[in-house]
Amino acid sequence: MTWSIDIVLMMILAVAALWAVMATRLIHAALGLAFASVVLAVVMFRLGSPYAAVIELSVCAGLITAIFISVISLAKHESVAEIEARMKRRWKKYAPLPVAAAILGIVLATLARHPRSMPQPLAEADVRRVFWHFRQVDLLGQIILVLVGAFGIVVLFKSWRKK
Amino acid sequence: MSAVSLDLLWTAGIFVVMLLFIGFYCILATRNLIRILIGLEVLAKAITLGVVAVGYATRNTALAQSLAITIIIVEVFVVAIAAGIVINIYRHHDSLSTDNIEKLKG
Repeated sequence: MTWSIDIVLMMILAVAALWAVMATRLIHAALGLAFASVVLAVVMFRLGSPYAAVIELSVCAGLITAIFISVISLAKHESVAEIEARMKRRWKKYAPLPVAAAILGIVLATLARHPRSMPQPLAEADVRRVFWHFRQVDLLGQIILVLVGAFGIVVLFKSWRKK
Repeated sequence: MSAVSLDLLWTAGIFVVMLLFIGFYCILATRNLIRILIGLEVLAKAITLGVVAVGYATRNTALAQSLAITIIIVEVFVVAIAAGIVINIYRHHDSLSTDNIEKLKG
């Protein structure tokens, strides 16, 4: 009974993802994605991952949405006629998606069997200890990625400014 | 492991598959570069949900959280670089459609 809330939250997450994919306007799609990130952060918090939930909330719902909105604002704005023409094409293309996703979920829920046994759980550890002491290579990789990402953005935007 | 954790893991697995399906459908069906990025983000959310659910079910949330944080950092890196590339493509071709990017065609 306690995890029925989690199921409802995961349903909302799936609907938000569908909305992000199917929304006609890009800005609505970006907001749908941000909402999906918020719901995922709540699910993560409820599943005992508060640190990851905070990072999901601040980075995915905040930073990535800001990046998407910046990119969308740099692209040209469409006229109402263009949007209406595109809406007709989009509905034809994406109409089967919610139905297919729902059928897939129902089929998986009814046909597949629950696992009877799983590996024994490891001893519960502190996330800070795991992150800083046991996953140091991951940490190094993340630092390199952040630096490369910052360098890449500088190079990409610099070449655009020169032109 | 309790039956509740197994049930929750199983339910989360179904939603992970659904999110993967939605993300792949988006990437395959659209021609818009920003929507392709959105599809990629949905895929990343599915993977994050899966990692966290497995961590909860196996009572190993510390490792799951550190892996989820790594996934999020990689996600941000990919989106930031891809966004820069999309803007450059838009400046060159004045379009966000993949149909108009023909210079690399052999």
